[in-house]
Amino acid sequence: MKVAYWPGCVSRGFTPELHGSMAKVAPLLDIELIELDRASCCGAGVIAEHNQELADTLNARTFALAQRTDGELMMNICSTCQGAQSECQERLDANTEYRGQVNANLSDEGLRYEKGLTNKNLLWLLVENIGLDALKAKVSRPLSDLKVGPFYGCYIVRPVDRLAIDDEHPRDRYLHWVIEALGGTVIDYAGVYKCCGFPIITMNKEASLKQAGRHLGDALDAEADCLVVPCPLCHLNLDLQQPVAAKVVGRDLGMPVLHLPQLVGLALGLSPKELGMNKHIVKPMSVIDWSTSVVASAAA
Amino acid sequence: MPEYTLRIRRYDPQSGEAPHWDTHTIDLGETQSVLDAILKIKDDEDGSIGIRCSCQQAICGSCGVRMNGKPGLACNTHLEEAARRGQGTGWNPPDEGQESPVITVEPMGNMPVIRDLIVDMDSVHWKKVRRVTPWLINKEPIPEREYIVPHDNMVDVTQPMACIQCGACVSDCLAMEVDPLFVGPAALAKAYRFVGDPRDAQHAERLRDLSEDSHGIYDCTHCFNCIDACPKGVDPMNQIMRLRRMAGSDHEIKDRNNGYRHEHAFVKNIRRNGILHESDLLADSYGGKFNPSAGRELVSGLPTAIRGLTKGKMTPQKLLLHTHKAPAEVKRLFDQIDGKPERNELNLYVTGYEDEPEPHAEGAAGREPAEEQSAPDMERKA
Repeated sequence: MKVAYWPGCVSRGFTPELHGSMAKVAPLLDIELIELDRASCCGAGVIAEHNQELADTLNARTFALAQRTDGELMMNICSTCQGAQSECQERLDANTEYRGQVNANLSDEGLRYEKGLTNKNLLWLLVENIGLDALKAKVSRPLSDLKVGPFYGCYIVRPVDRLAIDDEHPRDRYLHWVIEALGGTVIDYAGVYKCCGFPIITMNKEASLKQAGRHLGDALDAEADCLVVPCPLCHLNLDLQQPVAAKVVGRDLGMPVLHLPQLVGLALGLSPKELGMNKHIVKPMSVIDWSTSVVASAAA
Repeated sequence: MPEYTLRIRRYDPQSGEAPHWDTHTIDLGETQSVLDAILKIKDDEDGSIGIRCSCQQAICGSCGVRMNGKPGLACNTHLEEAARRGQGTGWNPPDEGQESPVITVEPMGNMPVIRDLIVDMDSVHWKKVRRVTPWLINKEPIPEREYIVPHDNMVDVTQPMACIQCGACVSDCLAMEVDPLFVGPAALAKAYRFVGDPRDAQHAERLRDLSEDSHGIYDCTHCFNCIDACPKGVDPMNQIMRLRRMAGSDHEIKDRNNGYRHEHAFVKNIRRNGILHESDLLADSYGGKFNPSAGRELVSGLPTAIRGLTKGKMTPQKLLLHTHKAPAEVKRLFDQIDGKPERNELNLYVTGYEDEPEPHAEGAAGREPAEEQSAPDMERKA
């Protein structure tokens, strides 16, 4: 399938391994990515905090650029983008007059957002468009014996109404389902649906890293080999800041944190290095050991 | 009638014994409430269960509890609705083969338990509400007769006014979980109710007070738990964001928590680069590279930066140069919209949602399952 692809900012900034691993995994999943390279930051809720119309216009511009492509839908790889963009889209779709005002801002550039765009995080697309059975069929190296803790974060599971999470679309179970479809073992722990703390890292560093540290510690106590996140901002607090978070909570952590496309890529046969795991601050030893043992047993 | 299993958390801190779970099975209609079930169990099986309740109409706000992990009022949560809730955030079907759906009922979080399902609202919730001066401070001179308020202003504050002080949002506030001093969602929503009231004399002072408090408006982590928790649609987090917008953009309150600086640095950063340039944002959020407090923060962040550089996560070019430039159109949008004399805001609580039939309404929320996916979703092109 062909999708208008919005990678977000951080996947091209401090987590380049996310952008890179998505590019490697896409062809294996038969996803053709049309990158929206002229689009701008979603605002991460901060621009909306400053000026709602500005955030809505910037995202309407991104949506309009997506609608100009021949992609089936728009896809992102960042929960924060998903949440911030869904919030703007909710307002744009709810009110014709307001949508008209926002479109007037875009008219100089010849762009116009038409109500009803489908914008999905890779996680939703895996389950709803590719399908778990098709995903299973593509697995060449099941994640057997790998114990993975899902870390959903906030923006992709709340608020449930805005994100259309219901009986038919229990999107707050999808990370569990994907780990299982890839052959891994799901580890439930206290932090599965909690906040990584990133949004307040510059305002209240201690509270921010206490959140990250606690969830990592809980996952460690539950004996997870690694965590998987659909959001690069969570990755910043959970991986990049992990050594500092460990000091804040006063315990050793050493918990590897994988981006969603990296976990998928592992099961589709890519190596940890090809997936950019050498760029992680916490070296994912458990994952590397697992992958070497799988390769060794396959060779034997 | 369907059968439900209620697992109720029992705890009496005075007893010196550890908390435990009591299980009761009950036959009640699926649209009976969780409170109906608890009261029936109290009547028929065990009168010692502690729960606070009064109106049973979702007005008094007494019966806040956690049901299958999610906070809410026991009186306006149907048994079937509670049963289908998973332990996560949304709505999940019961496990296959599960005979009678299980509903766990626990006291609310972030507040000490007095007994069983009763928490101490005074020591947390009410203390925080009192902290925001939850009453109107009249402008002088006080009018001789009634004070006429523009209709739009009152509509604007109706959302926080809908709060019934049940504490459900406080229960699951993730910022409060790590920072118990955080003023919190209920109290800050209440604060907006007065900040947004044109009769109040302390509009700017209230904003300054809440910005400068190191556990005030800038302590919220955007986790959305309070929005999902609220049985009255108050959306406390949205009220906190409106307080930030007024403090940071209208009054330009340069608070000690970096809230103002972070917001302005972020906006400037995107205007210039189109996408986020993280290292600039960090420096600017602390007041710019040459600000003494930025120096401190940047030095303390140095080990993190060095780790990033050695791993190839960051490159010197990325840290220092601006390789991505915002398209001129993006810059123009910033200048044009920020330059408007008045901000244009849409409050869906007030305006509601248009209900016009749409040809692609089903795909509009992006929620169609794979098998139904036939036509492309983005047919309407500009």
